[in-house]
Amino acid sequence: MSDGVHRDGIAAGRLSAEDYAINFSDLHPPLSAHEARVEADRCYFCHDAPCMTACPTSIDIPLFIRQIVVGNPLGAAKTILSQNIMGGMCARVCPTETLCEEACVRETAEGKPVKIGELQRFATDAAMTANRQFFARAQPSGKTIAVVGAGPAGLACAHRLSMHGHDVTIYEARSKPGGLNEYGLAAYKATDDFAQAEVDYITAIGGIRIEHGKALGRDVTLDSLLKQHDAVFLGIGLGGVNALGASGDEASVAAVDFIETLRQATDLAGVPVGRRVVVLGGGMTAIDAAVQAKLLGAEEVTICYRRGPEQMNASAFEQELATANGVVIRHWLQPKKVFHNGGPDVTGVELEYTAMRDGKLVGTGETVSLLADQVFRAIGQTLDGVSAAGVTLTDGRIAVDAGFRTSNPKVWAGGDCVRAGEDLTVTSVAQGRDAAESIHRALGA
Amino acid sequence: MADIRNNFVGIKSPNPFWLASAPPTDKAYNVERAFKAGWGGVVWKTLGEEGPPVVNVNGPRYGAIWGADRRLLGLNNIELITDRPLQVNLQEIKQVKKNWPDRAVVVSLMVPCQEESWKAILKPVEETEADGVELNFGCPHGMSERGMGSAVGQVPEYIEMVARWCKANTRMPVVVKLTPNITDIRYPARAAKRGGADAVSLINTISSITSVNLDTFSPEPSIDGKGSHGGYCGPAVKPIALNMVAEIARDAETRGLPISGIGGITTWRDAAEFMALGAGNVQVCTAAMTYGIRIVQEMISGLENWMDEKGHKDLSSIVGRASGNVTDWQYLNLNYIAKAHIDQDLCIKCGRCHIACEDTSHQAITANLNGARHFEVKDEECVGCNLCVNVCPVENCITMVPLAAGVLDKRTEKPVVADYANWTTHPNNPGATCVTG
Ligand SMILES: Cc1cc2nc3c(=O)[nH]c(=O)nc-3n(C[C@H](O)[C@H](O)[C@H](O)COP(=O)(O)OP(=O)(O)OC[C@H]3O[C@@H](n4cnc5c(N)ncnc54)[C@H](O)[C@@H]3O)c2cc1C
Ligand SMILES: Cc1cc2nc3c(=O)[nH]c(=O)nc-3n(C[C@H](O)[C@H](O)[C@H](O)COP(=O)(O)O)c2cc1C
Ligand code: SF4
Repeated sequence: MSDGVHRDGIAAGRLSAEDYAINFSDLHPPLSAHEARVEADRCYFCHDAPCMTACPTSIDIPLFIRQIVVGNPLGAAKTILSQNIMGGMCARVCPTETLCEEACVRETAEGKPVKIGELQRFATDAAMTANRQFFARAQPSGKTIAVVGAGPAGLACAHRLSMHGHDVTIYEARSKPGGLNEYGLAAYKATDDFAQAEVDYITAIGGIRIEHGKALGRDVTLDSLLKQHDAVFLGIGLGGVNALGASGDEASVAAVDFIETLRQATDLAGVPVGRRVVVLGGGMTAIDAAVQAKLLGAEEVTICYRRGPEQMNASAFEQELATANGVVIRHWLQPKKVFHNGGPDVTGVELEYTAMRDGKLVGTGETVSLLADQVFRAIGQTLDGVSAAGVTLTDGRIAVDAGFRTSNPKVWAGGDCVRAGEDLTVTSVAQGRDAAESIHRALGA
Repeated sequence: MADIRNNFVGIKSPNPFWLASAPPTDKAYNVERAFKAGWGGVVWKTLGEEGPPVVNVNGPRYGAIWGADRRLLGLNNIELITDRPLQVNLQEIKQVKKNWPDRAVVVSLMVPCQEESWKAILKPVEETEADGVELNFGCPHGMSERGMGSAVGQVPEYIEMVARWCKANTRMPVVVKLTPNITDIRYPARAAKRGGADAVSLINTISSITSVNLDTFSPEPSIDGKGSHGGYCGPAVKPIALNMVAEIARDAETRGLPISGIGGITTWRDAAEFMALGAGNVQVCTAAMTYGIRIVQEMISGLENWMDEKGHKDLSSIVGRASGNVTDWQYLNLNYIAKAHIDQDLCIKCGRCHIACEDTSHQAITANLNGARHFEVKDEECVGCNLCVNVCPVENCITMVPLAAGVLDKRTEKPVVADYANWTTHPNNPGATCVTG
């Protein structure tokens, strides 16, 4: 038994190698053939299926499940991937409890939806293991498109454009593709380097070149891209992180940076974590940072959110996941001060109780202090203004029309960087795909 | 990609999946939707002779049986042939065929047993440009009491006679649809062939009562407290239909006669099985009525995928591939010995294999080992009957493993013999043609 969890301050190697392996294994291990069969048999093959409507990429869920039932997992994969080329990652990370599975009629009937996400993984895994490609490129169109950002939106856009015969160059600031699939999602949702395997699977269609280390606004300009290409797609996600607006803010760490360090670590024993950790925020990022801090061996992890459980962006399932892992979630608390010893070492955090008064969130004046060696901010990401220069913004995100075209008629955008839909992998894929269709139509006209 | 285009007695369709003559093909609205969804062809709902159309009951016409989770396994109906005016149907058939020239449109017919009646209906059907006709000698209810449907289908001489009339009076291919409500399907099939039919299709529905209401003591479906036998179809009838198709495919007299396979086809796999046993294409009714016409997408994708996987280029490389392996019991190899084997990693320890074998068969499966639940086959008792495989809820958990030649069969304490030997030569057979030395 490791006593590493009781070590004060911030420390690496709190657990045994075995514990790390167990803690960061697949959240939902893949279904066996038998499990898949039994689960698939539960699908009623609904007409105009509610699950399909609830899926942002509109996968024909009843059809793919039926294909699993009849022993045609590759056909099932094709059904999935023709709507959502990132069906593999979505199967792992979609909050299905608020999407397809919430809409499942068996959720209505008996509170137990068909496990659509896990069946989707069963089928897509079969195709990826067999390395089966289902889509071929159309005749070369002679057009080239610049895609900025190799995240879900950019990759989905690039794949669909390539299918239509266009050549795509992806300009990606970072050294690896995948966007938050690679740098952001919880490690236990995307094990075994799945993000990279999926990028390889997607780009195997051909006609997609990724230029790493090329940031829009730093290494290339929108004007230069527009000169070299027939159209530009922006899938730049959200590069900035909101500040706390509390004193001592500088001693806190962005939760996404902590997660990125963890995702990129070759050995989790090398990732330091505090004995006591406080996470500020109420979304998926807060949950992921808190749970992973706990799994790295933090003794006490507390999420503090300034509103109530209903307002949390994290779904009930995510909240349960956190509490099941020993994370304490406290509500109606907003940060006032991060205590530190003058340097970078955090010692605690002071929070003020909040309440709703006349429809407004206000501090009550009463405060509470928590001990903490690490404070993570997870109160939202923002669009990086430099990357988005040259297109009109609305509400802090890029403004787009129904076809994901920006104020510049030769520039499209999709994913987290636009003001449309939820900030999810699956939504980003849908928008990248639909933008590609819109670009294809515009170029053909 | 496998080529699944179908040519059935000269009638071409982009795939071998046709909707059978039934409600899904009763009007242009349905058929147009079916073609949009991808069906390769339809057999239009059975037309009757000119004049006031038949009338249906105005209460429930279906009964059913269900499996676990209320999955529909068998459907029974007391519906008659089309109750829409002949002219309306003919006009719609003509329009649909015009709109969908690449799809098969075959028209099902049922008129009284007189040459004049058949002659009279064939002409207007020809004028619709339909691809062929199917003679409905199958309906087990309602029409049979009027001397049509299965009343004709149960008398081989009538089948032969009507088929001959039709061949003499039309250029269209003639398919005879057979009723399963007979003792030996080969007789009506042979009659159809003698009459000159281009093909047979089977099965139509099986006479049945699905259930009885124990409060009212009325059979279901109940019409004002009374019920009537109906026609049974759906997944439950598939084994019966498969056997009938196989019998016709291997019968010396009817071998080579094209067969359109019908009965319980729900998935690509069912369709492939019918075709392997000799059906040139398949027709579907209940599955479409249960899940909607969209199921054809799964059928097409599944069939193509399987053919690609196995390297079958087109339908001719699968049709009839299993017929040669259907034989009479007396020719089965009695020296072939297999034993059940339970995969302990897959076993969930429900004990159903044990109790099935213990209570009703050969006492060949243990229930425990050293006081713990443990299910294992005793090779010295196992006769290889396959019951445990069939009752096990986990697929592939129990499998039948053949014993190689020379291996000792612990039950008989004799080594397995490599040579083929069947009942015709077995020493216990009083009529054996030769005696083993
Ligand atoms: C911690 C965390 C956990 C999450 N968990 C889930 C989850 O479980 N399920 C779920 O559905 N969603 C989850 N999300 C949300 C999901 O990851 C995002 O909605 C999705 O990744 C957005 O895709 P995108 O392509 O728009 O942007 P991103 O994935 O952010 O990709 C943008 C890409 O653009 C690149 N880029 C940015 N600026 C430039 C530039 N100027 N020039 C060139 N390249 C640039 C970036 O390097 C990056 O590769 C999570 C998000 C976070 C932060
Ligand atoms: C409601 C209903 C009506 C039917 N009507 C006809 C008919 O008019 N003519 C006919 O040849 N067969 C008719 N059939 C039989 C079907 O065409 C088919 O032979 C049978 O249902 C078996 O196939 P299945 O198991 O796919 O349903 C009917 C079946 C049903 C369920
Ligand atoms: S299926 Fe349609 S026609 Fe039949 S009982 Fe129901 S509503 Fe009426």
